[in-house]
Amino acid sequence: MTERSYVEVKDLRREFDVSKPWLNRVLEGGEKQYLKAVDGVSFSIAKGETFALVGESGSGKSTVARMVVGLLPPTNGEVVIDGVSMSSKAALAERQRLRRRIQMIFQDPYASLNPRWQVDRIVAEPIRAFRLIEREKEIDARVGELLTLVGLHPADGKKYPHEFSGGQRQRVAIARALASNAEFIVCDEPTSALDVSVQAQILNLMRDLQDRLGLTYLLISHNLAVVRHMASRIGVMYLGRIVEISNGRELFAQPKHPYTRMLLDAVPDVGMTGRQRIPVSGEIPNPISPPSGCTFNPRCPFANERCRAEIPPLLGGVACHAIHEGRLAVDAAA
Amino acid sequence: MAQPVLSVRDLRVEFVTRRGILKAIDGISFDIGKGEVLGVVGESGAGKSVTGSAVIGLIDPPGRIAGGEVLLSGMRIDNLPPEEMRRVRGKRIGMIFQDPLTSLNPLYRVSEQLIETIRTHTNLSAPGARKRAIDLLAEVGIPAPERRIDSYPHEFSGGMRQRVVIALALCAEPELIIADEPTTALDVSVQAQIISLLKRLGREHGTAIMLVTHDMGVIAETADRVAVMYAGRIAEIGPVRDVVQNPLHPYAKGLMGAIPSLESETDRLVQIPGSMPRLSAIPPGCPFNPRCPYVFDRCRVERPEPIQHSEHRVACHLYDQSSARSEAVA
Repeated sequence: MTERSYVEVKDLRREFDVSKPWLNRVLEGGEKQYLKAVDGVSFSIAKGETFALVGESGSGKSTVARMVVGLLPPTNGEVVIDGVSMSSKAALAERQRLRRRIQMIFQDPYASLNPRWQVDRIVAEPIRAFRLIEREKEIDARVGELLTLVGLHPADGKKYPHEFSGGQRQRVAIARALASNAEFIVCDEPTSALDVSVQAQILNLMRDLQDRLGLTYLLISHNLAVVRHMASRIGVMYLGRIVEISNGRELFAQPKHPYTRMLLDAVPDVGMTGRQRIPVSGEIPNPISPPSGCTFNPRCPFANERCRAEIPPLLGGVACHAIHEGRLAVDAAA
Repeated sequence: MAQPVLSVRDLRVEFVTRRGILKAIDGISFDIGKGEVLGVVGESGAGKSVTGSAVIGLIDPPGRIAGGEVLLSGMRIDNLPPEEMRRVRGKRIGMIFQDPLTSLNPLYRVSEQLIETIRTHTNLSAPGARKRAIDLLAEVGIPAPERRIDSYPHEFSGGMRQRVVIALALCAEPELIIADEPTTALDVSVQAQIISLLKRLGREHGTAIMLVTHDMGVIAETADRVAVMYAGRIAEIGPVRDVVQNPLHPYAKGLMGAIPSLESETDRLVQIPGSMPRLSAIPPGCPFNPRCPYVFDRCRVERPEPIQHSEHRVACHLYDQSSARSEAVA
């Protein structure tokens, strides 16, 4: 990309210690065990763009999201947002200024709002925490403005979260994310807990807000149709690695990686085009002991010796030996 | 049409609460034929799971079946004494629930659970039942079933566990299987495997399947006919292709438009304003009227009855020939 990217994620890694307790290890023997949740993920997001990470459960997409917003320190690698590295110790003041501009929307709007706070207090929390507005009257006005922006009524501020439906709660969560004038919002499965008609309302709202406020989104989802609808560029994750990264249209018209093809093929088809599916076999392996080489090799119909031994690099937007070697034609997809 | 496997007539389910009686199911009727898959879709609170529970007689107090009847191959089952109903359940109706981990007992091996179920419903000997259990596991696609059968549920992955649950449901070769969100807890690639398994079983055994889900995609792939539920009533029922591609009821239209598609690129999704009413506040007349873009006076006072319209049955005044507005949409 020629323009400077707004968010730059470089070789991000995260391991979780899943060893048995120390005493058990001493008595029963056994090594320390680590789970590589994220294993060298790099991508960049341009300003005003929606970048999506899509994958099945256990692929590490939510872990990436948490590291990008800083909820989880990476084991390795760095996240650079608007030129400021989030992991460098030097730029503390700058990092804190940046924090204000990054927000997150979570999957479950029932769990992410404090049930004992009124909505206006929830929405005003970032304003107070960052001391953006000092005078209470102005805070009230700003909260009313934010609630209107997300399609609620300013008077709704006096209600508690339990008085709202799931979709309305997600609107409150969005209002809270916008309260600190955020520019970059990480959305972790923002609509998975919602019904389809409500999901449509929230997705439309997210796009409207992006158009109006020039927001940048990192969207995490397992739902390919949602991702296709929202994202301009998409990264497909499998067992902690990005296996394919490309712009939305291309990914769906011409998926390259065998896993992407399989995933697209597995999605139930509302359009009822009556296409024949290639039967999918197997499930995501246990991430504690992932397969060697390309982690997809046990399920891949094109795997050979090299795939079992060597991790494929991400070249030309796809991490697959078969494609790099020309064994697998790109056009064969459909 | 031959005698349907399941026939539900004007079923009503109520929940008695301190604040009054909530009508969870308000007069629904449908049939499922042999080997047919009926999809039941709707959003949360539409009453689709309660419908499933009512058919198998698992409505717990304060809920109760307030009216209507449920016929299984012509035999009325909604008024059976609990002991007889227990024999029908499992033997003639199999069940598959959303979360495979909670429908299996974590303390017993899969073999014990399968063999117990088989021996309860058939008169096979213990070794015979074990052999049948292994055959069932093989049929639902569990590799090396003779080795896997003695594992505990936690030793299986999510998709494999759901296969075990399906095997359990098949133990007594039931006439009807009720599958309540069978793939919702699973990843897409595994979901596709389970869907094709269900389809194959329906085809090969002639089992009638009632598939309850909120996922239109799953219905489109699996079902022969689909019932769209809203606020405890069936808004529209018809052949799946017709309902998905040419929905008649304004709610069904909105629902189909709200689904983001892989095939086409749209800028905005159709959105239905508002959300499903609570059971305690279902509006009079048509329950969809406050959200309906085509609403007219009659909708606010008179409840629409299902009208046959080509192959669909749709509960909407717009399609009533005597209504002045009928040509506006059709």
